[in-house]
Amino acid sequence: MASSAEMTQEENNWGGGSRPLGSRYGKLMMWFFLLSDALTFSGFLTAYGLMRFKFESTWPIAENVFTHFPGLEGDQPLLYVALMTFILIMSSVTMVLAVNAGEKMNRKAVTNWMLWTIVGGFIFVGSQAWEWYHFIIGDSGAVETVRQEILHIYNEEGERLSFSQVIHGMEEGHASNHGEMFTKAEVLSAMKSNEGMYLMEPGKAGEAFTHERSVALLEAGDVVQGANMIHNEYGQKQFANFFFFITGFHGFHVFSGVVINFIIFYNVLLGTYERRGHYRMVEKVGLYWHFVDLVWVFVFTFFYLV
Amino acid sequence: MSDHNGTWWIWKVFWILLVITGVEVALGIVKPEFMLTPVIGTSILNIVFIVLTLIKAAYIVQIFMHVKFEKKGLKYALYLPTLILIPYLTFILLTEGSYLFQ
Repeated sequence: MASSAEMTQEENNWGGGSRPLGSRYGKLMMWFFLLSDALTFSGFLTAYGLMRFKFESTWPIAENVFTHFPGLEGDQPLLYVALMTFILIMSSVTMVLAVNAGEKMNRKAVTNWMLWTIVGGFIFVGSQAWEWYHFIIGDSGAVETVRQEILHIYNEEGERLSFSQVIHGMEEGHASNHGEMFTKAEVLSAMKSNEGMYLMEPGKAGEAFTHERSVALLEAGDVVQGANMIHNEYGQKQFANFFFFITGFHGFHVFSGVVINFIIFYNVLLGTYERRGHYRMVEKVGLYWHFVDLVWVFVFTFFYLV
Repeated sequence: MSDHNGTWWIWKVFWILLVITGVEVALGIVKPEFMLTPVIGTSILNIVFIVLTLIKAAYIVQIFMHVKFEKKGLKYALYLPTLILIPYLTFILLTEGSYLFQ
């Protein structure tokens, strides 16, 4: 009779009876989507690394770019992005709590934690919009040479100067231009009258120029303020392109995550999953939401820290 | 999650992630001198950042995304493609990238 028992086992295996992955269709498909998305993001980040390696001397140092914090003056490197990271981790935690409550069929707790997750997602998207706004509007301003290289202005003490400080002087001017626009003629005349001012490349191993050469470079070139797809005052323009693309693609994931979370939240309110007898939809959208957090962990490291 | 009671394990991971992020931010602001020594084409600090990031990622995937408690088959289906393809892509770009300055 042993052979017939083996036979049934065999029929089960080949007849679709066994569940080798121990997971349901919807969750599996979500996982395979996330797998392909993970490969997409790793492609973006490695491409970023390659371009950064290629343009080492002019690649902006992130902590000199993202220095604003709402309500605080002066340089606050990393602080704002740390807050954003904290918000996203927090909303990931509330998502696990929602999934956990769903397994216990606790509708009230699922509603509560889903709501917090959505709030966290909204705050994150809003923070990103705020950061983009400051990135686009610019900070100190820079000189763009005819060869499209970006150079920053320094004084004899080796301090980085904003256009505001170059033109209004160290006491009167602000460390940030605060959206005030300056012309090339204004910057040029201020630079000519101050022998100590010179230009330097923005990267980690940036080259510095003499005062005379700096004036000549500005005369032939132009001034840029802010960042967009064509000009970028912070340094190599690919930096801005990668910044818009990678954080934008991630931000789009967060945004769609918030929308999907909201749809699921609405269904929880309607009692759809209570009637269905399980909260597996919450688990699936939870996977997506954790993935968004996971990607941010890597973006945070490779964009802001390394 | 039947093998878990309560929610303490969620908060434990939360504190781990928070502390690691805090350490990363502190290191990023202070940038200790001794950690800037170059090793294998980058600095010790950057390697510390990458290791801490991978630890965070492991906690998110294993606990929050629940992979630790899935069946072996699903674990392999998820880990093998990522752990082979991403290092492979990185390796290709690192080696072929050396042509950029030739």
